[in-house]
Amino acid sequence: MSDKNALVPSQEKGGALELGGDSQDFVTANIGKQLFGIPVLTVQDVLGPQRITRIPLSPPEVAGSLNLRGRIVTAIDVRKRLGLRDREDDEPGMSIVVDEGGELYSLMVDQVGEVLSVPKKAFEQNPATLDPRWREFSDGIFRLDKKLLVILDVTRLLDFTSSIKQAG
Amino acid sequence: MDDLLSEFLTETSESLSTLDVELVKLEQNPNDPDILSNIFRLVHTIKGTCGFLGLPRLEAVAHAGENVLGKIRDGELVVTPDAVTLVLESIDTIKYLLGELEQNEAEPDGNDADLIGRLNHFADTGQIPGGAPAAAAAPAAEEADEEVPMTDDEKLQAAFDAAEYDPDFEVPDEPAAAADPEPEAPAKPAAPPAAAKSQEVAPAKKAAEKPKAEAPRAEAKESSVAAQTIRVNVELLENLMTLVSELVLTRNQLLQMVRGKDDSEFTVPLQRLSHITTDLQEGVMKTRMQPIGNAWAKLPRIVRDLALEMNKKIDLQMIGADTELDRQVLELIKDPLTHMVRNSADHGLEDIPGRRDAGKPETGTVTLNAYHEGGHIIIEISDDGRGLNLERIKAKAIANGLATESELEGMGEQQIQQFIFKAGFSTAEKVTSVSGRGVGMDVVRTNIEKIGGTVELKSVEGRGSTFIIKIPLTLAIVSALIVESGGERFAIPQISVLELVRASNNSEHSIERIHDTPVLRLRNRLLPLVTLKKILGLDTTQESDDAVDEEAFIVVAQVGTYSFGIIVDRVFDTEEIVVKPVAPILRDLSLFSGNTILGDGSVIMILDPNGIATRTGEITVGGSQGVEGKAKADASDRETTSMLVFRAGGSEVRAVPLALVARLEEIDVENIEHSNGRPLVQYRGKLMPLVFIDGSYQMKSEGRQPTLVFQDRERTMGLVVDEIVDIVDDVLNVELTADQDGLVGSAVIDGKATDLIDAGYYLELAFSDWFGTEDNGGEKKRVLLIDDSPFFRNLLTPMLSVAGFNVTAVENAEQAMDLKNRGVLFDAIISDIEMPGMNGFEFAEALQDDAEWGEIPIIALSSHTKEEDFERGRQVGFSDYVAKFDRDALVSTLIQTLSSM
Repeated sequence: MSDKNALVPSQEKGGALELGGDSQDFVTANIGKQLFGIPVLTVQDVLGPQRITRIPLSPPEVAGSLNLRGRIVTAIDVRKRLGLRDREDDEPGMSIVVDEGGELYSLMVDQVGEVLSVPKKAFEQNPATLDPRWREFSDGIFRLDKKLLVILDVTRLLDFTSSIKQAG
Repeated sequence: MDDLLSEFLTETSESLSTLDVELVKLEQNPNDPDILSNIFRLVHTIKGTCGFLGLPRLEAVAHAGENVLGKIRDGELVVTPDAVTLVLESIDTIKYLLGELEQNEAEPDGNDADLIGRLNHFADTGQIPGGAPAAAAAPAAEEADEEVPMTDDEKLQAAFDAAEYDPDFEVPDEPAAAADPEPEAPAKPAAPPAAAKSQEVAPAKKAAEKPKAEAPRAEAKESSVAAQTIRVNVELLENLMTLVSELVLTRNQLLQMVRGKDDSEFTVPLQRLSHITTDLQEGVMKTRMQPIGNAWAKLPRIVRDLALEMNKKIDLQMIGADTELDRQVLELIKDPLTHMVRNSADHGLEDIPGRRDAGKPETGTVTLNAYHEGGHIIIEISDDGRGLNLERIKAKAIANGLATESELEGMGEQQIQQFIFKAGFSTAEKVTSVSGRGVGMDVVRTNIEKIGGTVELKSVEGRGSTFIIKIPLTLAIVSALIVESGGERFAIPQISVLELVRASNNSEHSIERIHDTPVLRLRNRLLPLVTLKKILGLDTTQESDDAVDEEAFIVVAQVGTYSFGIIVDRVFDTEEIVVKPVAPILRDLSLFSGNTILGDGSVIMILDPNGIATRTGEITVGGSQGVEGKAKADASDRETTSMLVFRAGGSEVRAVPLALVARLEEIDVENIEHSNGRPLVQYRGKLMPLVFIDGSYQMKSEGRQPTLVFQDRERTMGLVVDEIVDIVDDVLNVELTADQDGLVGSAVIDGKATDLIDAGYYLELAFSDWFGTEDNGGEKKRVLLIDDSPFFRNLLTPMLSVAGFNVTAVENAEQAMDLKNRGVLFDAIISDIEMPGMNGFEFAEALQDDAEWGEIPIIALSSHTKEEDFERGRQVGFSDYVAKFDRDALVSTLIQTLSSM
């Protein structure tokens, strides 16, 4: 039973919508020292630490699944996905829940920040020298005052088929 | 009222209301092809359904209406208000007829020749008879008055038209009628109205009037059946079901919270909530329930057509058609069911001469039987046909490379029959239009297993087959056993759980190990075990194994006919769970069939026993002992046999099929006694002889000696070995060796050349004195063994030699005839029945009149052991008949036969 015809309508869906304005909104998240952005309209929820059920035999990036108000959400360890080391401190971490193809995924990050509205003219393509894994998952970069905001492409981040091939 | 009829009424009255609207639209936009084709389609559907239900009067009207619409659609006629009125009139008539139908469950008497006449006239000429333009806007009743001045010519024309068009009415029925030697009921009624019409030209006007008078009443009526049912989008129901499932979960959650708190103020309201939730769940489930008869509706027709095509007489019996099951499940089993009934009718049942020869009534029966049994629905499909032909399945299995001959010989009937569920397996000699394309039972099985069901098969050759399908009533909510392993909880669907066993070292059930492979003795069987922790990769500690063995829970699960045990750490209770599919990125984890949220709000994975069985190297052919272990990944999708690998006397490894080993024991050397020079041990209150792998074998002088215990009915025998090495699942491919006592041959097992020992030989070794064939000093009797299977020749030759015979083995009757022609003489002949070329019966017949060999007793050897076979065997001159697998009987029969000479 999928929820494609849910009686209770699920929240607005949508990708990085071009709103026609001069700026775009992103939910920002920190992983390590890097700032990431996820298009605000794909985000369903922001969660604190959750009880996560491990899923044996699943890809290492899949941290497990959790119950979000009666829906089962698959938790993805974004650190592992980006090829980063596990966190050293014991901070509990936070999650951003996104909807991808009718399924909910919880992206585990270190810290969730604010919603940033960034001017479109600050957009840059990924530098060609970026780590190929990052390049695959990133839509591009926004120049902020003091930092760089890496935009995550949720669809590609959650497309495990291609990365499984990569891993061989 | 007949279900079909009431459904028809509901549907048609809906179509008719649509038609009214559409027709008026058409009048406004006469050139809109979409509206027109929609109207045409609706009328056509009504006509078609009437024909199907055998409602000639309705059909005639609808047909005439359709005719007019067809011409309009083809551009031969133009849409005028008159035309629309005329068509509306026919629709009113249909409404009236429907009203009557609803009341009396039969069409009213009378006919509509007048209306049909006018419709046809219009269709032919484009003219409205009676110059009806005035009637266009006028109410129907007035229009009837207008018709009175119809001229005689016009009446005649109408009658003529009606008559002329009648043959058309039969058209839809004709193919059926032509195909069937007996005229079909629906074809008949079309004729009488035609006759009636030409006679009743005068009263026709009244008949035409009548509908108009009754039209308002009919309109009021039409809704009464329709009002009892409403059409609801299936998706809405699905959503309701989802919500109810969530509600059930939440209720469970609340119950769990309150459990253990006796005097909670929530207890009473919660109880009410619980009741209501249960009722609601049942109610919503009911909306999804449909009688299984819906899935069967097509079958009588399929079977009938099949009977004609195949020239068989088939009686399809359907029992329990009103057994209800979930709509979703129903949809999913529809095709498998159809396929299986087809199979039964096509492959299962013999043709008429075949049945006569088999002494059965000419009419074969295919029976469908559905009933509920504890949360499941059981559907049995049985036929009284020829049953599964084991030999053909075997041949096919070998031809397809699904199993080797030696594997087949070791399999029981049940196991061999299971082959029909393999992909690409069809034993039909030829591909008919009906079945035999080889995409059959495997798909059926897969489909049924997909919805958590199982298929079982029982077949007796010559008497028929029965397929038993067991499926859960609903897919949405299932009962599952919650277990814990490696600190995580998992759900196992209750349908595949047979029992729970608690194993500990001091209870009667304890886990034993063969190498590192755990097994459990359960009611005289060795049950292969898998450790859930291990296959899930949750086993982090090295030593945990032994800890588990101290106290472990074993969930005995069954997949098809294969059962195995799953070792878990803890068992909680059973819980109703709602199966939710896993996220797409986890779909390829075959061990899980879904996930769910438990009462306490946590997410848990639902284990798929099928997946576990496949994972552990179980071969889909049931019964063989798939054991977790060294099965290589690439071997897992091929047929494997579990072999017990051991060492005895020397460094080379030997193996024996695990299925033959009853138990593994360690015998204290001190307990070994000797009797008559033979080592014995007291075992389970009996004396068990011990044998050694060969004469030069040396036992340990102290300590414990591992022993393989073989059991053959009452007798047990222990084969003393040095060390049990492993249990290996591997493709068994015996490369035969020359006669060497005690060896079947050599095979590559787990990458090593391994001698495969012949358990039968050692059994005979232990019990040869039972037959009194110990060397009696006399000359050895000469026995000729004819069997086309090298496996059997290699099995029986040493065995008979040991029992004191001089055996000559040949592989077919022709070779035996050669020996005869060369003048070789034997004291007895043992012959297989099924052989390529000359078979056993023919061979025996050929010998009957022979001067030299005619007197030699012949013992038939066959896997067939039915009364008829015995009879036939005796007639052609067999002196006795022995089942192929019954070695002891063979030896004793041989001795008896020879001593009576």
